[in-house]
Amino acid sequence: MELTGLFFYLVSILIAGGIYSLLCLGLNIQWGMGGVFNAGIAGFFATGAYASAILTTSTSAKHIGGFDLPVLAGLLGAGIISGCVGWAVAKICIRLKSDYLAMASIGIAEILRLVIVNESWLTNGSLGLSGVPRPFAGLASGRTADIVFLVFIWVIVIAVFFFSQRLYDSPWGRSLRAIRDNEQSASAAGKDVEKFRIQTFAIGCAIMGIAGGLSAHYFRFLSPSATDPLLVTFLVWVMLIAGGSGNNRGAIVGALSIWFLWSVTEIFTNRLPPEWITRSSFVRMLLVGLLLQYVLQRFRAGIIPEKAPKLRYSEEE
Amino acid sequence: MIEFINFYLVPGFAIGSVYALGAVGISMIFGILRFAHFAHGDLMTVGVYGVFAATVVFPVNPFLLVPVGMALAIFAALFVDKVFYQPLRKLPTIYTVISSFGVALIFRSLIQIIGGSENRVFGSGIRPPLILFDTFRLSSLHVQAVTTTAVIAVVLHIFLSKSMTGRSMRAVADDPELAQISGLDTEKVVRWTWIIGAALAAIAGVFAGLDTSAHPNLGWNLLLPMFAAAILGGIGKPMGAMAGGFIIGLAEELSSYHWIGESALISPSYKTAVAFVIMIALLIFKPQGLFKGRLL
Amino acid sequence: MSVLLEVKDLTAGYGGPAVIEGISFDVFTNEIAVILGPNGAGKSTVIKTIFSLTNVLGGSVQLDGKTITDQKTSKLVTMGVSAVPQSHNVFPNLTVDENLDIGTYAAPPVDKMATREIILGLFPDLRDKLKQPSGELSGGQRQMVAIGRALMCEPTLLLLDEPTAGLSPAYLERIFDLLLDVRKTGVTILMVEQNARQALQIADHGHVFVNGKNFISGTGQELLADENVRNSFLGGAAS
Repeated sequence: MELTGLFFYLVSILIAGGIYSLLCLGLNIQWGMGGVFNAGIAGFFATGAYASAILTTSTSAKHIGGFDLPVLAGLLGAGIISGCVGWAVAKICIRLKSDYLAMASIGIAEILRLVIVNESWLTNGSLGLSGVPRPFAGLASGRTADIVFLVFIWVIVIAVFFFSQRLYDSPWGRSLRAIRDNEQSASAAGKDVEKFRIQTFAIGCAIMGIAGGLSAHYFRFLSPSATDPLLVTFLVWVMLIAGGSGNNRGAIVGALSIWFLWSVTEIFTNRLPPEWITRSSFVRMLLVGLLLQYVLQRFRAGIIPEKAPKLRYSEEE
Repeated sequence: MIEFINFYLVPGFAIGSVYALGAVGISMIFGILRFAHFAHGDLMTVGVYGVFAATVVFPVNPFLLVPVGMALAIFAALFVDKVFYQPLRKLPTIYTVISSFGVALIFRSLIQIIGGSENRVFGSGIRPPLILFDTFRLSSLHVQAVTTTAVIAVVLHIFLSKSMTGRSMRAVADDPELAQISGLDTEKVVRWTWIIGAALAAIAGVFAGLDTSAHPNLGWNLLLPMFAAAILGGIGKPMGAMAGGFIIGLAEELSSYHWIGESALISPSYKTAVAFVIMIALLIFKPQGLFKGRLL
Repeated sequence: MSVLLEVKDLTAGYGGPAVIEGISFDVFTNEIAVILGPNGAGKSTVIKTIFSLTNVLGGSVQLDGKTITDQKTSKLVTMGVSAVPQSHNVFPNLTVDENLDIGTYAAPPVDKMATREIILGLFPDLRDKLKQPSGELSGGQRQMVAIGRALMCEPTLLLLDEPTAGLSPAYLERIFDLLLDVRKTGVTILMVEQNARQALQIADHGHVFVNGKNFISGTGQELLADENVRNSFLGGAAS
């Protein structure tokens, strides 16, 4: 591979890595901070992707909209709509214990997928949405546009990271973690456990929606098959647990390192004999499945484990 | 009316028997090992592909080779329990749930690596339907599925209520700590739970695979309706799970019947969503199920 | 009188700090021994430790001269030790008959039907409830099912954790009478009790623990007469 090719390969890895970092940060708010299980990541990702695409594409007779809004408005809309869907889901399901919440969240993700596939007035069905605009499209063209997009995506990732850090250390975040660690004593201390969990679920879903929107703008095209429900959900879980659940830095490091592994193995599996090449993605899936088992048994705290924040004595003294 | 029976009611019972057999395992695993086994659907697929591989070697009626699929599924279940689930048993069960997600993926990718990802049709050709009284046209497969499930239900019921192992299983599902205090061999109970769950999953998978075709996502697509059936029947209540399976199967099929006017009540493309909606509604309003199961 | 169970310098807890420290006492063959003490004294922990359900940090337990401190619970059942926990002591979805049957699985008695008859003779109330799920029974009847289950394996030592907790005074007396009958069949009983006065009246020996340590031991009559015990533990006990 020539050098520029390698460079742009790296750019594409980092763009996808940024999208996964956002998903991971969203899941970290839900699971890492709040202890709320979500196995329907793909559903909220897809909701955000369609929301942003419909808001920003130009008017079409084939589906609702588009509304031709700027990309930032589309992403904002993606966050709001995914967040609202998440809030509604949480409102219904949040009282469920983790195993049941896992079932319910997969069920909801599947219903969202069925809606996307079947309601063509909304999503143009299996034909998908095309002509989804890139942000700052005027700045560069061709492959350099990818660099612009890379910068754009990581500005958002960093902004969300700082937002999550503030959240983690805020009184809200502290209450949330208290609930995660001991629900009974937190509720005895007068915390409205349910309210906190609904909020954490909605915020996490909003971030996942933004990630979905970004992926629509990156690929410029969106079809129901773009969101393989299991793979996205599963990869994000592996990333968060490997990176260090409860730690925002860990979430990003986990997302990048697992995505890097996933992509690099592709280079190797592509060198397999031709009759194996079609099956190479399954080999990688198998490896990720095994990696998860390893992480769960030996490496549960992750690359950057969560640390209890240092006690801060009030500065006035 | 005849149309209703031929195209809605009977297929409802047929898919219901698939759900019923799968849900028994889910319900028992949830009741005894205390976690939702998300790899159960893919365990089904493992069984189906075991039968499929056997038909390639021995070209006989696939029904004769079902024991091969059962054996493969049992082996796979005992293996993943030993290697992946058991080391996590002392931790909060959610870790085992996450692990079972991974196992689902491992099963599926192994099937895709070895068997390929294309659809496979069991090579028995077109089977003529059974025609009763000139009006009822029944697929012989559907009849076989329903009768097999009925027989299994009776045998399972006798096993659970009369045998030592069956009673021990119910005891562990009821109260694992008291079971330990009573000196019951919990590891043996766990083993039998996997053996029965996996064997029934393989049978269910074969019926599902023969009805349409076998593909790597076969079991995963059936997982949520099976969870719905297990919850409907009450966790830890195998007979309830059986009933739940039939109810979910019928609800799915009957939902697209034109009850009012000319068009389907619910578009057939949303058929699978019916099970999820029932499941979510149950989880919220009646999580102990219809038959007073455990609330974990 | 020979010693059946010898507890020596026993220290144990649940993974954290020790709950009981240096506890020692003997249980004689075919007696009723009762463990008393205020809330949080570690009474239940003593029973659980004998039955290998806690982490032993020091000391030993000997049954008939054999050390059983490191034995698994299921092994202890085969060695003739049976236990009834304080709550959740029946399998609610299993019928009374099935509950009794479960008791025989770990250590089958010589003649299952004969043992069952003896137990139904002790607890005649259960005879016409055999087909009922035991979760539907009253608290006192559940306690009978639980003790019956524990007796089905023909134990030499029966451990009971507060068998009268939550029962009405009438039922309390019945359970204590039943325990006297159980002893007549040759079983040794070690139990934790809150109802100290009544328990000491049927007990051969009593052991009082405070803050996880030995406080005083003696025969039932001695403890009933003891000034200290009377003021601290018997004063409030309803009769």
